[in-house]
Amino acid sequence: MAEFGAHFLDLAILFAYGAMIVSFALSVYRLLKGPSPADRVVALDMLALLGIGFIGLFSISTGEYAFLDVAIALALVGFLATVAFARYVYRGALAERRESPATEAGDES
Amino acid sequence: MIDLIGGIVILVGAIFSLVAGIGLFRLPDIYVRMHAATKAGTLGAGLILIAIAIDAHDLGVTARAVAGLLFLLLTAPVAAHLLGRAAYLSGAKQWSQTCLDELEGKYDADGRRLDGTPDADLGRGPIADKDEPGPTTSPR
Repeated sequence: MAEFGAHFLDLAILFAYGAMIVSFALSVYRLLKGPSPADRVVALDMLALLGIGFIGLFSISTGEYAFLDVAIALALVGFLATVAFARYVYRGALAERRESPATEAGDES
Repeated sequence: MIDLIGGIVILVGAIFSLVAGIGLFRLPDIYVRMHAATKAGTLGAGLILIAIAIDAHDLGVTARAVAGLLFLLLTAPVAAHLLGRAAYLSGAKQWSQTCLDELEGKYDADGRRLDGTPDADLGRGPIADKDEPGPTTSPR
């Protein structure tokens, strides 16, 4: 049973690496393509989350749990980066509105 | 046994991460994409942190993993809210089949305040021009 469990864990980690690499690639596509800046920020947020997942997987598969601190720090940095980029997008929108106050937020669809 | 449970949690987390990536790739507009990235993405990373907490035979590691998970769960909604608001104010396009925009015309021209919130009429800055077609068509 214990042996089967260890095998299963190894396979699960392998599958998880594959799935997250695919997800990473799709997020990078959105980061490069994303029509608006906000799309790119969403993709960056997702990349930070995937980085946390990668570090977690690595620390499970190697048993080197010191990397967990890196994951927590990455979560902190990712959150602050997202907030800062959101502020940036918001400021840009405010400046645009001030230049041309005739455009409303809800009129395009 | 613990390996088995940890493996299952890792599998579920990986599937959630994959679904989040596919959603980010395929969904039609930014507001819908944020559903995938925020909820499924956070769940994917969080489940892997839970797997660390299960697998580690060390109370310190478990505590750190749980602390990281709590931090993720606390910050993800805040970041998503800020992003969604910034995207809406910057006029990100909505999907052609979006049928309800409850915020339409409710922001004042400056984009700082919602019309109808209690402090909207306190006179801090200009209120939206009332003769524009946008704000007046929507019911308060």
